[in-house]
Amino acid sequence: MKKEAIIEDPYLEYIDLANIGGDQAAAPPLPQPAQPKPGEFKLIGKYTPRVDGRKIVTGEALYTHDLVFEGMLIAKILRSPHASADVVSVDLGPALSYPGVKAALKLKDGRVKWAGEPIAAVAAVDERTAEESLKLIKVEYKVLPHVVSVDKAMAQGAPLVQNEGNVAKSNEYTRGDAEKGFKEADVIFEQTYKTSWEVHQPTETHGSLAKWDGDNLTVWDSTQAIQSVRDGLARSLAMPASRIKVIKHYMGGGFGSKLGVNDHTIIAARMAKETGRPVKILLTRQENSDCVGYRPTAWMTVRAGAKKDGTLTALTLKNYNCGGIGRGDRCSEPFTDVYKCANVKVEEYAVFVNTCGSRATRAPGHTQATFGLEGFMEELAARLSLDPLELRLKNYSTKDKGDTGTPYSTKGLEQCYKLGAEKIGWSRRNKKPGAGNGTVRTGLGMASQIWPGAGVPGTLADVKLYNDGSVEVDCGTQDIGTGTRTHIAIVAAETLGLEPRDISVHIGNSDLPWAPISGGSLTVPSVAPAVRDAALKAAEYLKGLAAKKLNVAPAEIVLEDKKAVSKTDPGKSIDLKELARTIPRPMPFHGERANMTPGFAYQTFGAHFAEVEVDTETGKIKVKKVVAAHDIGRVLNRQTAESQVIGAITQGMSAALFEEKIMDPETGTMLNPNLHDYKVATAMDIPEIVPIFADVIDDRLNNLGTKGLGEPPRIPASAVIANAVFNAIGVHVREIPMTPARVLAALKRKEAGK
Amino acid sequence: MDSVPKKRKSVSRRAFIQSVSGGAVGAGVVSRLLGKEPRPRPTGPGELEVFEKKRISFTVNGRKVILDAEPRETLLQVLRERLRLTGAKRVCNRGECGGCTVLLNGRTVYACHLLAVQADGADVLTVEGLASGDKLHPVQQAFIDKDGYQCGFCTPGFLLASVGLLAKNKQPTFDEIRAGLAGNICRCGNYQKIYAAVGAAAEVLRRG
Repeated sequence: MKKEAIIEDPYLEYIDLANIGGDQAAAPPLPQPAQPKPGEFKLIGKYTPRVDGRKIVTGEALYTHDLVFEGMLIAKILRSPHASADVVSVDLGPALSYPGVKAALKLKDGRVKWAGEPIAAVAAVDERTAEESLKLIKVEYKVLPHVVSVDKAMAQGAPLVQNEGNVAKSNEYTRGDAEKGFKEADVIFEQTYKTSWEVHQPTETHGSLAKWDGDNLTVWDSTQAIQSVRDGLARSLAMPASRIKVIKHYMGGGFGSKLGVNDHTIIAARMAKETGRPVKILLTRQENSDCVGYRPTAWMTVRAGAKKDGTLTALTLKNYNCGGIGRGDRCSEPFTDVYKCANVKVEEYAVFVNTCGSRATRAPGHTQATFGLEGFMEELAARLSLDPLELRLKNYSTKDKGDTGTPYSTKGLEQCYKLGAEKIGWSRRNKKPGAGNGTVRTGLGMASQIWPGAGVPGTLADVKLYNDGSVEVDCGTQDIGTGTRTHIAIVAAETLGLEPRDISVHIGNSDLPWAPISGGSLTVPSVAPAVRDAALKAAEYLKGLAAKKLNVAPAEIVLEDKKAVSKTDPGKSIDLKELARTIPRPMPFHGERANMTPGFAYQTFGAHFAEVEVDTETGKIKVKKVVAAHDIGRVLNRQTAESQVIGAITQGMSAALFEEKIMDPETGTMLNPNLHDYKVATAMDIPEIVPIFADVIDDRLNNLGTKGLGEPPRIPASAVIANAVFNAIGVHVREIPMTPARVLAALKRKEAGK
Repeated sequence: MDSVPKKRKSVSRRAFIQSVSGGAVGAGVVSRLLGKEPRPRPTGPGELEVFEKKRISFTVNGRKVILDAEPRETLLQVLRERLRLTGAKRVCNRGECGGCTVLLNGRTVYACHLLAVQADGADVLTVEGLASGDKLHPVQQAFIDKDGYQCGFCTPGFLLASVGLLAKNKQPTFDEIRAGLAGNICRCGNYQKIYAAVGAAAEVLRRG
């Protein structure tokens, strides 16, 4: 299994796919069913408990970790202890002769570029045997110098991580003339912001189970992307995709780290083939901490020119991303798109170091960028003695590319600002940052957000009617914990006049009709419109049957409360169950997610407001309250939507205060690859979180007017806390996590007048 | 110290972990429970079998189980791998996250941090035994009603920790709920809703 020298995160192409606006406007639109009027919905937009809640709370929900097959082997991976080395030889012999070991694979020849890179694997009758036998594999390394820190990698004479050098240009963008813009400015301001390596740490570690039946392969995988895993396996194993089925029932979190096919999945498939037995492989917490990616760091120097009234005349970003041996993220979009500015220039560079490649992490690029951009805006407002909210409104855009491109179909950011500011009590903020007295200072901050989340045209779903009246929805999507089963059930039930629990939802199997990855906030805006389309067709069919039975026109019929009822004569009705008896055979109706109306840009928007307390003696930050207002179009289920927002804010706060993958410069290994030393926010840290939805329905976007929500609430969630801290203590910490040491250092900087 | 890890509501997750970490506890217990003299040390040639099994029996979800456990097997391994009770999850496997929380004689324990032989004679409750037939435990129902989960992987641990907490404190304040569940990590970050669910369940339980 040869690894490409520089990992291109496959997820990034999905972001472009999701970012459908003016660029794809030329594509012909598919017919759009009419939007329901407000108030027409009984289920959509309300609070619906999850249809599979009982499975989850009884332990019946089966995760990949929980699956067992007769004769199943357990595989384990031997990983490089060295961050940079040449593999001279690998001797599998002693492991193969260890009792209970059924297969061993050599995975690596030549250069190892990070500690944790797979070298070999074994499959044995149980986990302990596999672990023991790994120790018997003899590997001879020629150890080479390594570098794991960004500044050391950029220094002269650093060990070369990639042949092209340790720094490579990864992105650039120019609009207007930044130099001209700076000349027009009353004030020019520049600052540098840094973010850390943030590890996904899903509770369920990555894992796969592979089983062959002749030439057909079935893989159960803890994945956000069953369809991509199938396609990736077909490529890696050089076999037809049609002979591979990928299944995922339940999954314990992913946050971007479980997109696409993984090394360990391919290993399981190969060893299952070789041994003729099912092979399961589960990563350990340590492997999950240091071998399956993280959010790349950003080192962003932001410079802007502004008029005294806050009007931006120029905005530039120079950013060094570090995603280990990979190219990291692109952070440009918030800089190029959030604020009205004619003169913008972005230069981004990838810095290579000897750690595993980064992976998409809940809103890749945008989250880091927003920490830089929104921190900068807060500081700029202070510099100009403006209300930070006013500064943002002053530069409000209604078209993409900073008001120079395609008009947004809808943009509810202004509503988000208003709703959020009201809820937090924005007037309570320190008019001058750091104006309070005493040891413990209070502050309020805000941050804005933008993210595509428009969904993928071409997503498929089937609604099937049975002649006993039962209804099934088939869709090759997956529920990664957001409540996809429930969302599908709500849309089908709403359309057919049923209850969510009446719908049998079949998902998590790649043989089902195609749906995109569950990443990029794509699931709801892709899947729900496809289900709606299929359900509308099924409803038309049922209405036709009912019209005949009741002797009225089909347009007269509505489906509600499990009945087909005449609108004009409610006395005329028939139970759907009874009506279904006339269906000759199970009837499938195919639905497809249509294209967007061309000529418009589609984005999600949001604004967070936070209140914090900072102890100026200890440097400890206490987040008191976060208000999160989001424009995600129509909310499908307020209950799960709120959970998404609450979770994202918890994660964002966690990254703002605690999370950091720490590398040991001496050994090139991760120092905190567990849940004790890699600190995540828990019980005593969490603030009061208030989710608000702006409910701006986008009629041009899809037949439900709904956008995605996975990423949006994560994007401003770290920035807003840093900005509130700035408002509290009068100095911006500019680097996350804002550990007590960094807060105290910032306070010292302030005292020194720097 | 007590050989059985337990959570006290005033103890933070990190302090708790420190208090139970270290292999000495396990080793001492094992040799005592095996009920025989330690084997000779391998100071010369020949073969020495170090690991052997002990027959233990305990009650799981009301049913008595009898099995031969290796001294090094954790209760979590026995539950998941030998009894096929996969509700308790292996998340960190070192007492850091609460994903494997079960009740042992009514007390909240991390099953990954308890040797199976330490459960000999005990009464173990896992998520699979929480409902009475079709009727969910009020805590389970509250988690559904309040959406006290997202991916659901940490949920069994939270449920058992909540049941353990509410057995000791029938009317916990919000802060007592937080402190009482401080040993459990929800990476999806839905704590606010989890705690609301526990508060709601407490009310239902009080009403009887």
